[in-house]
Amino acid sequence: MNELQFLTWVRGPGLNIAIAIFLLGVLWRLFEIYSLGRKKDLSAPRHTSGASGLHTVFRRSLPPPGMLKRSPVSYIGGYIFHVGLAIIVFLFAPHILLITNLTGLSWPGLPSQFVDMTAVVTMAAMVVVLVDRINKPVKRFLSTFEDWFAWAVTFLPVLTGWMAVKHLLLPYPTMLALHILAVELLLVVLPFTKLFHAFTLFGSRWYNGRVNAHKGVPV
Amino acid sequence: MSASLEKGIRVLKEVIDAPIASYFNSCVHCGLCAEACLFYTETGDPKYTPIHKLEPLRRVYEQEYTLLGRLKKLVGLSKPVTDGELDQWQELVYNSCTLCGRCSAVCPVGNDIVYMVRKFREGMSVSGHAPEGIDEAVRRTVTLGSPMGIKLPAVQAQMKHAETNTGLAVPMDVEGAEYMVIMSSMEIINFPEYLESIAKIMHQAGKTWTLCSTGFEATNGGIQLGNSDLAAVIVSRIVEGAERLKVKTVISPECGHAYTALRWEGANLIGRPFTFKVQHIIEVLDEFRQQGLIKTEGFESDKLTFHDPCQLARRGGVIQQQRNLLNSVAKNFVEMPDAGFMNWCCGGGGGVTAIEEAEPLRLEAFKRKKSQLEAVKPDRLVTACAVCRSTLEEGLEHYSMDIPVVGLTELIADHLVETRPLPQKEPQA
Amino acid sequence: MQGPLIDSLVRQGVSRRTFLKYCATLASMMALPPVAGRAMAEAMAASRRPSVIWLPFQECTGCTESITRSHSPTIEGMIFDMISLDYQETLMAAAGFQAEEALHTAMKDNYGKYLLIVDGSIPLGVDGAYSCIGGQSNLEMLKEVGKGAAAIIAVGSCASFGGIPKANPNPTGAVSVSDIIKDKPIVNIPGCPPIPVVMTGVLAHYLTFGSLPELDDKGRPKAFFGETIHDRCYRRPFYDQGKFAKTFDDEGARNGWCLFELGCKGPVTHNACATTKWNGGTSWPVESGHGCLGCSEPDFWDAGSFYKPLSTPADPLKFIAAASVVGAVAGVAVSVANRAKKGAAKSAHETTTLADLEK
Repeated sequence: MNELQFLTWVRGPGLNIAIAIFLLGVLWRLFEIYSLGRKKDLSAPRHTSGASGLHTVFRRSLPPPGMLKRSPVSYIGGYIFHVGLAIIVFLFAPHILLITNLTGLSWPGLPSQFVDMTAVVTMAAMVVVLVDRINKPVKRFLSTFEDWFAWAVTFLPVLTGWMAVKHLLLPYPTMLALHILAVELLLVVLPFTKLFHAFTLFGSRWYNGRVNAHKGVPV
Repeated sequence: MSASLEKGIRVLKEVIDAPIASYFNSCVHCGLCAEACLFYTETGDPKYTPIHKLEPLRRVYEQEYTLLGRLKKLVGLSKPVTDGELDQWQELVYNSCTLCGRCSAVCPVGNDIVYMVRKFREGMSVSGHAPEGIDEAVRRTVTLGSPMGIKLPAVQAQMKHAETNTGLAVPMDVEGAEYMVIMSSMEIINFPEYLESIAKIMHQAGKTWTLCSTGFEATNGGIQLGNSDLAAVIVSRIVEGAERLKVKTVISPECGHAYTALRWEGANLIGRPFTFKVQHIIEVLDEFRQQGLIKTEGFESDKLTFHDPCQLARRGGVIQQQRNLLNSVAKNFVEMPDAGFMNWCCGGGGGVTAIEEAEPLRLEAFKRKKSQLEAVKPDRLVTACAVCRSTLEEGLEHYSMDIPVVGLTELIADHLVETRPLPQKEPQA
Repeated sequence: MQGPLIDSLVRQGVSRRTFLKYCATLASMMALPPVAGRAMAEAMAASRRPSVIWLPFQECTGCTESITRSHSPTIEGMIFDMISLDYQETLMAAAGFQAEEALHTAMKDNYGKYLLIVDGSIPLGVDGAYSCIGGQSNLEMLKEVGKGAAAIIAVGSCASFGGIPKANPNPTGAVSVSDIIKDKPIVNIPGCPPIPVVMTGVLAHYLTFGSLPELDDKGRPKAFFGETIHDRCYRRPFYDQGKFAKTFDDEGARNGWCLFELGCKGPVTHNACATTKWNGGTSWPVESGHGCLGCSEPDFWDAGSFYKPLSTPADPLKFIAAASVVGAVAGVAVSVANRAKKGAAKSAHETTTLADLEK
């Protein structure tokens, strides 16, 4: 298989399979999780302004009082790479075109040099949080194979994409095809690993916020 | 003796719901929950990481309620939860967790870890893996009426003392009273000033109130044990009494878990909404103060700080009221660092004080409260929970810190402007 | 038949006498005796232009058309002064039996030394019957003529990689030269067609240096195929700024903005179009407002729509609806099983008594 055939495959059947498994997985898992339901709370609620499930969905993105200095790497490193990933995925012109092709939505992108710089910063932040996971006793204690694998599967698309644009290591068409393949791998494993938090964190924060709002505590 | 692993697993299957499923699937192993838990921060031992305390529950969830988990079980690739494992986990689920809820407040993906620990305890209790100390406290409450074995005569004795000291009547079983007052054993035994304070305040506010002979105990060990059936038995006494006496509001005393048990879990334990309101005494006091029903005079001049009981503030939603009250009677009230809804646990809640073997750990965890106090250097420490009070006193003594601990209700009562005349004394029969 | 060098020199106005004087001077400059000068003159005078044989296989003749547009060196200059084009069906005067004879004579006279140029793919289907010259299949002809070649130059995407005939479903079983010949040096000059001066440039390199130019992993001369169109495109700054033409003849198109959204394959295409351009440097596809088709890459025809951006799927996504349905069904099935299990656990609930707390 030559490089253009490889590229054609990942743009064609590869993408088909990956998106199909992704959609299948997301729907199945969302049903699986949320269909368990929850009992209604029969105690009398407090009515507090500024506290609700929805409030917490947003507010929980801020470090609670006193927590930032306890674990700055978790918050700062975490924010940098999440925001970085969002910028790269949603504000880079070729990616926007892909989304437009799949959904019909479109919006303007950022200059590609800015995305290039963001990719470097994102990768640096990801390496920092990886090192922190190895160094900090609690993170190391909690980490299983799935944590390392999830890191790699998230890091590879950024690395291969950046390397493709920069024409590093392998010829561009091959690097581009590897990048698309890396993204397909990420899509396929996302619904079945901790990466699914991308979907469930909304539900979790909402439940948490709701329970606490019921008691009158904005969290 | 019918506890069994099988029962435990079945109960866990019952309690696992969509929130728990969502939480387990959202956890990214970031470890921030550990940074919020005083048992980890003061010992440095990662096994106290809150989410780790739930590992057997997570496996039950995965093996019972996920397709992939079930398939793994079918082909023999999953690790079953065993008695031995639950035995090991007893220390993590009980000795090192006071149900303080700080972990739930910090988890970035929104996991309500304390909710999960509470549910996990359901399975631990019926599989025979709850600590003996808590089992015993519940046994005493169910069979005798209170975790310390206090029965009605002891209560009546305290009532008499209070009447003598205040010159006011302490009513019992008065139908149609506006407020029903319940007390924790700790108060009945250790802090009898509480009952006296109530009498004075109610008299001054002009409110009718009563104790209940069949439902005087506020403490609900069933919550700490984590068994809803037994907790329901215990809370039902209060509910039955309140409904029988047709009171408007039941006042939960200065006790943390009593408030949680009645105010938040109560209706869900008995399966129907209450026909009466439930308020914490601090809520009632602040309401009276705001409505001008009680007035205070004079100020404490020494430096005071406030320890927020977890079940009152973070888990109960009563955060500002204690500050309003304290400010009305103290000139030099200084907040400790992290005061308010993120305050640190005293280390004694959730049943931990009932577990003898947990004492060394509890005292080590107390270093957190110690460092908060060292930052403020107060003359006295005010709080609004009897178990917090005794835990604080023990901890302060252990570290040779000379800071007296005071109850807030008592403090308010001491400054009460008493304008109403005492009732005419009826000749004692 | 070509004459010796002396004839072409005479044709260009260099007399025999001048030539002899030149050789004598050359010899004395090299401090060689006069007899060396005479030897040089004899040798050089008799030297002949290298023999080149051009075989057209399953092709459209576009490559031949293209090479005739070469502006420097011109095709005439090549044919008359640099090479002896002994067999080229489109350009040669002979036909039929005389053409065949020219081919075989050239092969015999220059065995092991002639340059073989091939354009068009080689069909393997039906034993090669899809394309024959004078009754002989292209496959047989390539093997036969290739045996005595010094090197083979596969001109055009068809000869280099199989080209358009190889496109799905490849009814003739078309393959490239390098799929057949494994034991000769092969230069691939892909393009559909290749740029004129790229073809003549490679030939000129061979004639000047006597060796093939440096090749990449696909056998293409790095001098012309070492960079992608994207990396040499004059519209690249617009790509980097995110300024794209969205339709042909919209404002972006008229402003000369990047054609990525209109399907330009520049990023994955190696060729010299962006620098050398076409028609003697007049223009090239992007400059004229149409995205690069990627015609110098293998399997470019099967690489997906010419008008869909490279970052989008080659074809519309299939079985997305089906996958969603399967996922939802699986989810509902698991949900039903979960609810049943939970319900069963609830029904089996035994109210806890104090005895239940101990094992």
